[in-house]
Amino acid sequence: MNATSLLTLRRGLVGASALVSVGATAALAEEITIATVNNSDMIIMQELSSQWEEQTGHSVEWVVLEENVLRQRVTTDIATGGGSFDIITIGAYEAPIWGAQDWLVALDDLGDDYDYEDIFEPVRNGLSANGTLYAVPFYAESSFTFYRTDLFEMGGVEVPEEQMTYDEFAKIVAMLHDPDNGVYGTCQRGKAGWGENMAFVGPLVNAFGGRWFDMDWNPTIESPEWQAAINYYVDLMNNYGPPGATANGHNENRALFADGKCATWVDATSAAGYIFNPDESSVHDMTGFFQAPKQVTDKGTGWFWAWALAVPNSSQKVDTAKEFLAWSTSKEYVELVGESKGWVAAPPGTRRSTYENSSYIDAAPFAVTVLNSILAANPADATKDPVPYTGVQFVAIPEFQGIGNYVGQQISAALAGQQTVDQALENSQRFAVREMTKAGYIN
Amino acid sequence: MARTVTTSRRTVNTVFAGALSLLMFFPVLWIVILSFKTEGDAIKAPFEILFNTGWTTESYGAVQARSNYFKHFSNSLIISLGSTFLGLLIAIPAAWSMAFVPAKRTKDVLMWMLSTKMLPPVGVLVPIYLIFRDLGILDTRSGLVFVLMMINLPIIVWMLYTYFREIPGEILEAARMDGASLREEVIHVLIPMAIPGMASTVLLNIILAWNEAFWTLNLTAAKAAPLTAFIASYSSPEGLFYAKLSAASIMAIAPILIMGWFSQKQLVRGLTFGAVK
Repeated sequence: MNATSLLTLRRGLVGASALVSVGATAALAEEITIATVNNSDMIIMQELSSQWEEQTGHSVEWVVLEENVLRQRVTTDIATGGGSFDIITIGAYEAPIWGAQDWLVALDDLGDDYDYEDIFEPVRNGLSANGTLYAVPFYAESSFTFYRTDLFEMGGVEVPEEQMTYDEFAKIVAMLHDPDNGVYGTCQRGKAGWGENMAFVGPLVNAFGGRWFDMDWNPTIESPEWQAAINYYVDLMNNYGPPGATANGHNENRALFADGKCATWVDATSAAGYIFNPDESSVHDMTGFFQAPKQVTDKGTGWFWAWALAVPNSSQKVDTAKEFLAWSTSKEYVELVGESKGWVAAPPGTRRSTYENSSYIDAAPFAVTVLNSILAANPADATKDPVPYTGVQFVAIPEFQGIGNYVGQQISAALAGQQTVDQALENSQRFAVREMTKAGYIN
Repeated sequence: MARTVTTSRRTVNTVFAGALSLLMFFPVLWIVILSFKTEGDAIKAPFEILFNTGWTTESYGAVQARSNYFKHFSNSLIISLGSTFLGLLIAIPAAWSMAFVPAKRTKDVLMWMLSTKMLPPVGVLVPIYLIFRDLGILDTRSGLVFVLMMINLPIIVWMLYTYFREIPGEILEAARMDGASLREEVIHVLIPMAIPGMASTVLLNIILAWNEAFWTLNLTAAKAAPLTAFIASYSSPEGLFYAKLSAASIMAIAPILIMGWFSQKQLVRGLTFGAVK
């Protein structure tokens, strides 16, 4: 065989092996579909996912939907085994329920490098069922009190080092209430819904010593603790809240606070990044924060919520989906976000390593308070009296969504003056008893 | 004798009609304005937004960079045109038979068809989802064409039935006596006479299919998602993205607004066809 023939043969072999490897890559490369919500963390993940696509050869299709639409859409798909999605975005409420129903793939095996111990324990617990992790978090939040440092200073109000009570909070709110100058003492959620007004009301009831159910699953919504909490809420909002508070949810209050209309606001720690952003907030340099108040107990006074990614059992591409999760919720991903998008944009509340990173602590003045609030929120021990359920601002049972929404509507109607607090709680109790009886919890 | 209208009365009417039109159009106008603002400006007080903020097209750029508008647009186009024309293929013979060869139960059948529109869609979501899953047509344009055709079919049949009833049966009889087959009778005699009504039926059904949000959101994921899913992706309870949401809304409704603007004469003519005899 002469040299030319050898060269031709070698070229042929190289070409053939290249074709084989391209073919093999093409065969291994998969397209996964991710259903998610529209928030800034997920928008960043969408942008950065092209790096994962380049590294692995896989591709990602994103389906972005509003939270409630996503919940309904994903529930339909997962309950019918539709298989439309390979990764879904779910909250701390759904993860344990869906995991226990065997709708999700267990995520205890994302690799040795994943470092599960680096994820905060309350976050891991909140996304597990029967000790198995069913979703991995990309951000977690609690609630705390935002306040206007300039108004506190002008009013001579000092923030106590210890967690203040709701009574003390009301006194401060009354002092700072100045509607003539366009500043309301407090802005709290009034829009009905288990994820809206009940997110504030739930921890408030916990603080007043109330609970949703006793140890035998009997609803306790007419208890003196609930009466005290809801009367406090309605009085506080009617006396010192903005007009039309029943239309205000998280977004509306956030806009009001950012526009300088509220002296105080108890809400999600995740809003801190927005309030401290000079491009979006006119009070970015005059905002401070302290823990959500307590009353008869300090248990369950700050809520716990996490947005997490999970793999439905109906997915046909479980391995690729897990590969994406191992990348997108890793320590390395947090660093990637910090370095490419600025450390203030790094996903908060999920990993210890984020809070050990001096770049993050320097960029986010709220980081330590957020961390303390998240670590203090224990879904497994959130009430003064013992309860048969987990969850701070929600009860991790499928029936809660309907009950929480109904109670939220009743309380919103009481806030609007359409009925008394007593009537609202009576209706709520009756509804909860009916639903729990129907579901077989009680006779 | 023609009724005389005084100048002052006419002025009052004009002002009132203008104010009412502005009131109805205002939400769309406000969306247009917000779409040309930054996210920070879009949440300011209305007066500030109008007079103390700049104008920018950055939201349109951001929306196009993040989402593939043209993919969603082509899906909307195919789904709305496909479902409308497939619906016409079925509805024309159905309306013909009901209008010209009515049976004893024709009125009942028409009412029954219309009654399906009274069913809350969510009530049949799970069965339809399961059928789609088993047929493998989840997240496909053909699946959506079929389901939207089925949903709008009662309206198409009713509208065509109403228009066909205005056409004298004797003309069709004459065509038959001249030797026209059934197919020729429908294509060469009936359809040309019913063109205004059919045009408005087509336009109305394209609009209905274009705007349909329940099935298009529930039966699609990434591949067949139309513009309704495109808008939904900018709605968020955990962040104010009003400027981008407004830009996405304008991009989604612009084609149908333009179509409606140019065809409004035809649409009104068709909708009032036979209303005054």
